[in-house]
Parts: sequence; C-alpha cells; structure tokens
Amino acid sequence: MTAAHLLEADDISKYYGNVVALKEISMYVDAGEVTCILGDNGAGKSSFIKLLSGVHQPDAGRLLVDGEEVHFGSPRDARAKGIATVYQDLAMVPLMSIWRNFFLGAEPRKGVGPVQWFDSATAKRIVRRELSEMGIDVRDPDQPVGTLSGGERQSVAIARAVHFGARVLILDEPTSALGVKQAGVVLKYVLQARDRGVAVIFITHNPHHAYPVGDRFVILNRGQSLGAYEKADIDRQELVRLMAGGSELVELEHELDEIKADLG
Amino acid sequence: MTETTAPSASADERLVRVGPLGRLLIRPDIGALLGAIAVFFAFAYFARAVSWLSDPGIAAGWTDQAAQYGIVAVPVALLMIGGEFDLSAGVMIGSSGLLLGYLTTFQNMNVWPAIVLVLVFGLVIGLINGLTVVRTKLPSFIVTLATFFVLQGVNAAGTLKLTGQTAIQNIDSASGFNSAQKFFAGGLTHYDFKVKVLWWIGITVVGAWLLAKSRFGNWIYGAGGDANSARNVGVPVARTKVVLFMMTSTTAALMGIIEALELRSMQAGEGIGLEFIFIICAVVGGCLLTGGFGSVIGTFFGAAMLGMVQLGIVDAQWDSNWTFTFQGGILFAAVLLNTLIRTRAQRAR
Repeated sequence: MTAAHLLEADDISKYYGNVVALKEISMYVDAGEVTCILGDNGAGKSSFIKLLSGVHQPDAGRLLVDGEEVHFGSPRDARAKGIATVYQDLAMVPLMSIWRNFFLGAEPRKGVGPVQWFDSATAKRIVRRELSEMGIDVRDPDQPVGTLSGGERQSVAIARAVHFGARVLILDEPTSALGVKQAGVVLKYVLQARDRGVAVIFITHNPHHAYPVGDRFVILNRGQSLGAYEKADIDRQELVRLMAGGSELVELEHELDEIKADLG
Repeated sequence: MTETTAPSASADERLVRVGPLGRLLIRPDIGALLGAIAVFFAFAYFARAVSWLSDPGIAAGWTDQAAQYGIVAVPVALLMIGGEFDLSAGVMIGSSGLLLGYLTTFQNMNVWPAIVLVLVFGLVIGLINGLTVVRTKLPSFIVTLATFFVLQGVNAAGTLKLTGQTAIQNIDSASGFNSAQKFFAGGLTHYDFKVKVLWWIGITVVGAWLLAKSRFGNWIYGAGGDANSARNVGVPVARTKVVLFMMTSTTAALMGIIEALELRSMQAGEGIGLEFIFIICAVVGGCLLTGGFGSVIGTFFGAAMLGMVQLGIVDAQWDSNWTFTFQGGILFAAVLLNTLIRTRAQRAR
C-alpha cells in the first residue's frame, strides 16, 4: 500500500459460521474513478457490499477511508463517512412523487421558530437542477416514481446519493434488471457521477456493462478474488473469459455487440 | 436555471399536453368533490318539499351531521395514508364522553380540567394502540379491533355499575359547563349552525396542511407507501405511526367531549359503528386501503356527502333505514371511481 486511497479494503474476510463467504479480498477506489466488482451469483458480491456499507463487519482484514482504518458499526457510520449505497430495491416509494422521494427523510425546511414546514418549492427546484446536471431528463418532478422506468428510477436514486454528499457511491447491480438500452442509460449516469468526482464501486455480474465504465476490475468467484486488474492490463475478451470461464462465450459475444452498438 | 443549460421542459415530446381538466382529474380528492356536488343536487330535487336549496336550517342540519363524521375522519384518513387502521375510533367517542360524564357528575370536577384529563386519556389509548402495532407488528386491523371490543365492554359494564342505567345523565349540572358548552358545542347563528362545523373545518385545514406542507406529512406518505424504503432513508416510521394513532384517538376523545356537552348526557353505546363511517369518508376522499395515497380535502367532501345522505333521506321523507344502503353504494361507487381515476392518471409504462 502506497498512497492513501479514498476507500480501500485490505485482505478482508467474512465467515458465516464455518462457511467462508469472503476470503482475503482487497480492492480500492479513488475519487473520479470506477472500480467494478464482478462475479456470478454466489460469488460473494452481496456480502462484500454489506461489509463496505456497514451492514456487516469483516471478521478479518481492514477497511480504510482516506488511509485511516475505520470500523462501521452500522450503515449510518458508513454514510457519515460519505459512503452511500444504492441498493437494488432503491429505497423509493412508488406512489410518491419524484421530489417527495428525493428528500424523504431529509426534507429541507423553512419557517419561523417552532413552526416549520417542508419547503416544497426549494425541493422541486433542487430536484430539477440535480437531475438536469446529471443529464437526467425527467418530464415532471410531480410524477409518481412508480410511473418511471427502471432505468429512470435507478438514475434518480444515483442523483439523490450524489446530492446528499456521497463521496463513495456503491451501486448494487444497477443494470441487472434492465434491458440493454436502459442499462446503457444507467451506465451513462455512472460516468456522470464519476466525472463529478465521486468514487464509484459498481457491482455487477455483467462484464459487458462493467468494461466500458470501469477503471479497475476485481473478479470474485466463490468468495475468493480471481485478481484485480487495471483497465490497461485487461481487455474485454479476457474479462469475459475470466467471468464466464470461456464456456458461454458465443452467447455473450452477441450481447456484447448489442451494447457496443448502443453505447456508440 | 439558465436558458443555456437545458431546453425548456415544454419541448419534451413525451409530455402529453394535459389540460386544466386533466390535471384536476389526477387529484385524489376530485371524485369526492364531484360526488358531494351530485348528492347535493340530487337532494335539492328529492327534498324540494322542505326547500333543501334555500333553507339555511336544512344546511345547518346536514353540516352538523357531516361535522360529526368529518372531525374524526381527518386523522383516520392520515392514519390510513400512513398504512394503518383504527377500528377503535368510534367506541373512543363513547368512552371519552362517558369519562367526562363520570369526572364531572361522580367526581364533581369542573368541566375544563375534566376535558384535559379526557384528552390525556385519548393520547394514552392512542399510545397503547400505536406501540402495540409497531412492537408486535400485528395488523392494526386486529389490534384496534381488540381495543374496540375491550372499550365497548368497559363502557357498557362501567356505566351500568355506576348509574344502574345505560347512560350518564346531568352533565350540565357540573361547574364550568356553560363556558365549555359554548366553546365546543355551541350554536353560531339563529339558523342553528353549530360551532362543531368550525372544528370540522379547522381540523381539516390543519390535517391538509400537515399532509401537504410538513415534513411529518412526507413521512406519513413514506411510512404508508413503503415502510421499509422509508426506514432505509432515515424516516422514523415507528414514531410516525404511533403519533398518527395518538392523533386519531385524541380527536375521537375531542368528539366525545363535544357530544357529551351537546347532549348533556352520554349513552354507553355511543359512537359504535362510526369507525366504519370514518373509513368510508377517507376512502371516498381517495385514501387507498393499502396506504401511501389519499387526501384530507377529499375526506372533508366524503364527510359532507355522508352528512347530506343521512339528513337528505329524512328530508326527502324516505325510510331512514335506507341510509346504510346508500352509504354502502357510495363506498362502492367511490372505490370504483378512484381506482379508475388513479389508473388513468398513473398508468405505468
């Protein structure tokens, strides 16, 4: 370890009883970078996120923020360090409007003395500005989140995390439930967040989604790291081969071409 | 936003041009408003013999009835939007009125401090309901059904033991009765409009403001819409629900106070059955049974509609037993209409 990274995991392990969920995993991410965590189902991706976001605590190894060792007792501790996690279920209420969702639990208020009210004008203005800065095109901040497509919802969740001061953004399979085109949209916002100086940890099982946006790739398999690669050291074919073991290459190649065409 | 950063929103081709009428129809309370207007004019015709339209005394009658429904229906609606029910809201009116009667006539208390104690009683019952629901995670339908039956038994047995009868009488003999009666249950004009109507309007305004404009209102939507997500982003869901239960039973206690002062006596069975009327008002007002959606303004119109039906059937000289059938019909029509409006407004892609 040389210079201090924004967030670093150093040989962390996690056991559930006598099951080894994660064994000596190391990775890091810096501001304005995307580190991808790749792995098939059961590889330990979810366990890994839970360690980074403070839901669980590692049984061995160290977590470091800005080079200092940290212990997250709860997700709140992680959030206090600027680590925001966007889970698959997105923590959004479908029947509520975009602006109400955006500020749920952190409503801006104004008022006199004890009489305080939810400053909805400011909330709507901020939502419009934040989303347009991310290049997200919402038609109407009053529309219920339930009427947004999966990709749009994911994008709003990312914008919300960025607005509330996330330095590290952990994205849990943000593209897995989406079609090719929608996934492309979300990948664009991942890059937008990166360009705004956020460190992004992008968890996925899809190397075709990871490769175009990642600066660094950590491949997990059955709780162990198959290696960490800088983008310069690995090409897409190799990444796919590592992920898939070479067997399903033909089908994957087809999907790859679709993505290529989509991302231009 | 400056003009250079983004094209104006109106340029978006996916935004279907929504006229003012279309915008209006998206609101959850519009069905209740239209329904109330329809019922009003229906009785203007059927009850023309008693000059429904022009006699202020007629309006005083149905607004009084509507206020009796509407005051408690407001917190019941907020509670439903927050994802919970309170079936004990009806019986609480009886319990609170009886408690006021007991304190003033059997303990010789002045009415004003007795009122304070009754309101505290309302807060405590709400706290018990709320804590039981959030701690045990049992459905509030069951928890408050239990509270309902427990209180119903206490009301009946307690009243009989105290008085040997089924009611507590002579509440007007207590000191402080006249001033309290003016404040809670007095008349407004010589047409016999009641102060109760002002309480109804006031509580509606406060409820509507809370829901639309306060941080607590956002938490109500969140707690009812998706409690798990709301908790994940830092909403104190349990606290929000407990406060809603306390608001509901305390408002029911206020209603009990108003009735006891108005009637000067309290029947042991008072309020029973109203819990469903409150829920009908809320549903007519656009509240979803599953929580997360609804309107206080709509609930106001729902109460107005039910008040008009109650009095209108008498004024039209129909058999008043049909009232229940009408209420059932209104509930069914409202649910259908609301579902239609909502699916049209929020058609998912």
